[in-house]
Amino acid sequence: MDVEILSRIQFAFTVAFHYIYPPLSIGIGLIMVVFESMFLRTKQKEYEVLAKFWTKIFAITFGIGVVTGIVMEFEFGTNWATYSRYVGDIFGSALAAEGIFAFALESSALGILLFGWNRVKPWVHLVATWAVFLGSMFSAVWIVVANSWQQTPAGYHIVGEGMQARAEIVDFWAMVFNPSSVDRLTHVWLGAFLAGTFLILSVHAYYILKGRFVFLSKKAFKITLVFAAVASLAQLFTGHSSAEGVAVNQPAKLAAMEGHFEKSAPADLYVLGWVNKEDKSVTGLKLPGGLSFMLHQDFETPVTGLDAFPEEDQPSQVNAVFQFYHLMVAIGMFLIALSLFALWQWKRGKLFEKKWLLWTFVFTALLPQLANQFGWFAAEMGRQPWVVYGLLRTSDALSKSVQANQVLFSLILFFVVYLILFLLFIYLMNKKIKSGPDSDIDFDNGSLNEAIAKEIAK
Amino acid sequence: METLLGIDYPTWWFLVVGALFSGYAILDGFDFGAGAWHMLFKQNTSRETALKAIDPTWHGNEVWLVIGGGTLFAGFPVFYGTLFSAMYTPFILFLLFIIFRGISIKFRNMEHMPWWRTMWDWSYSISSIMLAFLLGVVLGNILNGMPLDANYEYTGRGFFEFLNPFSILVGLTSLALFMMHGAIYLLLKTEGKLFDRIQGFLKKGMVFFIVAYIITTGYGFLFLDHLLVVFEENKILFVVPFLVFLSIANVPRLVSKKKYGWAFIFTSITIALLLVVVAFELYPRLLLSNPSIENSITIYNAAASIKTLKIMMGFVAIGGPLVLLYSYFVYKTFWGKVKTDSEGY
Ligand code: HDD
Ligand code: HEM
Ligand code: HEM
Repeated sequence: MDVEILSRIQFAFTVAFHYIYPPLSIGIGLIMVVFESMFLRTKQKEYEVLAKFWTKIFAITFGIGVVTGIVMEFEFGTNWATYSRYVGDIFGSALAAEGIFAFALESSALGILLFGWNRVKPWVHLVATWAVFLGSMFSAVWIVVANSWQQTPAGYHIVGEGMQARAEIVDFWAMVFNPSSVDRLTHVWLGAFLAGTFLILSVHAYYILKGRFVFLSKKAFKITLVFAAVASLAQLFTGHSSAEGVAVNQPAKLAAMEGHFEKSAPADLYVLGWVNKEDKSVTGLKLPGGLSFMLHQDFETPVTGLDAFPEEDQPSQVNAVFQFYHLMVAIGMFLIALSLFALWQWKRGKLFEKKWLLWTFVFTALLPQLANQFGWFAAEMGRQPWVVYGLLRTSDALSKSVQANQVLFSLILFFVVYLILFLLFIYLMNKKIKSGPDSDIDFDNGSLNEAIAKEIAK
Repeated sequence: METLLGIDYPTWWFLVVGALFSGYAILDGFDFGAGAWHMLFKQNTSRETALKAIDPTWHGNEVWLVIGGGTLFAGFPVFYGTLFSAMYTPFILFLLFIIFRGISIKFRNMEHMPWWRTMWDWSYSISSIMLAFLLGVVLGNILNGMPLDANYEYTGRGFFEFLNPFSILVGLTSLALFMMHGAIYLLLKTEGKLFDRIQGFLKKGMVFFIVAYIITTGYGFLFLDHLLVVFEENKILFVVPFLVFLSIANVPRLVSKKKYGWAFIFTSITIALLLVVVAFELYPRLLLSNPSIENSITIYNAAASIKTLKIMMGFVAIGGPLVLLYSYFVYKTFWGKVKTDSEGY
């Protein structure tokens, strides 16, 4: 295997692994802020217990998120030196802004969040929790801006030629608000909220099923469900908006996501299918003219197909892009259906009575994670063969001085280390979830205890 | 070229990046140093205290690395690409140890089994030692210079080229320096028996550093002429190495008077001054091409556009004080000796 393929595998592997954790931290962070704010407002002890419990889980996801993030920052230099030189002006400034404005806030406040419960006043602690949450939201801003720029470059000009060519900023705000930034950022944020909220729902559904921490869990479940439902619905809109943007800015990617080959023809929308690249066909279940309708609100308007692009400018893995994209959308639809159904059951007063529903929630925690991964894979593989869309090819972006055996060595190393990290993550999560929220009050023994709890909180 | 207060933007940015890396070396330096001594603490309680001394703040310190990396990437992309790909192996190892150090601190106290804790203690300590060493090794290679072609690509080959006598010496010196620095930090955070033990460590640390420093400097004088050019041209610059000497000499003096707070300030100053010397040796180069000198990377041919540098100066002007403010607040919250009963998560 050559340096290019090894470097691509390594980057995809390390970034995909990183992307398990930040979305969890962002999503759990949101609910942590909610619980802690409710505690300060109502002074009810159960919210404090919940806030502390989720802070412990947060500490694990955050810890792994941080150590795996640095890897990628370095990888740009180690494996993609030409790319680094090319985009340094733009990408580097986004990364630096991220460090200065987001990570510094996040990690300083983290010390207080984790160790400061008894050291600072409750409101100061709440401020720290907010700071950690907002810091993690900001981290997403800059990194997604950088990535969006390489999907849809704007606000730059090219100086130099050949190996010395570089993109330079001419308009900073045009660079930041490039055509895909806003759609993608909102989509990524919501994806993170979904990852976090569905994990919380999963754990509390499990407790309810097992008859443990029932009082706490019912409270937590209801609050979190509201956020999950809103995020699922909103995700449909940001996703749709992204797709419209892709159709305009990266037509070859859209054609790959939908398996649309004909140069310029009304396009069908496949609900599911299998793309055959050789004979340029898709076998599956389709809504005739559906894609034209989605993009142009009528069934006739043509959509640019893959054939409009020379072979060397087409993404090579059309079927993979198609499948990842469709799986993500399917998961999105499922999350909407599930959360609306649960809200309806809640209204009927039967939310916690259907065991199958709770079990569904237990397992659903995995789905937003998968959707997040699939979304990135679709977006990034659909961008190929370009590393910076239309400007720099992936094969030109490599470090010229790095040897295949070096990359193979590092790839194996990351593989082993990440495997260990992942096992540790599962082990520790399992342990924290098994032992559950820490509290000297048994909230489950009816209203008497609730009264005592309130008493203690005063 | 446009200037600000008579200094051109690439030079400003050289100063900013230099300041960030000095900050990083001072802050994570004592974390690494503390970690390097870790296995010499025999009891679980001592190890716990030593960890608690850095636990609430190490992560904030590491952010300086992330910021330093980002500003280097943004300010000198050409240098970023070349250095990181040329130093592929040490950087990958560095990442590996960053990962292990981080998770060791986070996960050590999540279980009570002795083997679990011992395992993480080893992982923590070895990682800290290796990180301190590797930072020095990379610096040694930068000072040494490396073969570059006309596109500023590294033309060296192989896994182990980054290990040469000078880089190993610089690596050992930085380890020694951080161990001295870290021991003083631990003295500020501990009391009782543990405090007494660390006093013993510190004496050894100081000797280790002074010996390593003398050998490395001597080697540099003998074999790396290109580093001396600036000083020979501007004799006045010899003031800086002289200040380094004073500052180093001051550390044992303050330690013997038990003024540890001041000693800590002086090890910090030493770190900063040593990097100032490095800056003088390099400026305006970032990476010397050896042997074809005309391919050297300088702050001018490596810099991003002036516009980007200006924008980033704005970021630093706004963000810098904020970062200092957060750090101040966090250090203030956890000021003083470690309380063994203080809660964790
Ligand atoms: C700002 C930059 C940036 C960001 C935020 C991401 N990526 Fe990316 N990604 C790249 C910058 C990049 C890149 C450096 O541009 C790569 C390396 C090689 C390439 O073609 O693009 C890349 C490649 C790449 C590939 C390989 C595509 C291929 O070679 O066919 C995958 C699967 C992902 N990424 C997945 C992700 C995931 C799961 C992310 C979520 C965190 C993610 N990317 C965020
Ligand atoms: C290639 C792309 C990426 C790079 C280079 C990168 C870089 C980093 C770095 C260096 C850290 C550690 C910061 C520290 O020490 O505090 C980190 C953590 C983090 N990253 Fe990434 N990151 C990338 C992708 C993403 C994406 C797409 C998101 C969006 C959601 C994200 C969100 C976060 C968050 C929230 C953290 C804090 C740790 C956590 O919450 O788990 N990162 N990242
Ligand atoms: C509900 C229907 C959904 C639609 C129509 C949709 C649409 C899209 C589109 C078109 C892209 C590609 C954007 C680009 O390449 O620029 C994308 C990417 C992505 N999607 Fe979705 N999506 C949906 C649901 C979800 C869900 C439920 C999640 C996660 C929980 C998710 C997570 C992501 C992620 C992480 C990306 C990559 C980042 C990006 O490019 O914005 N999506 N989505």
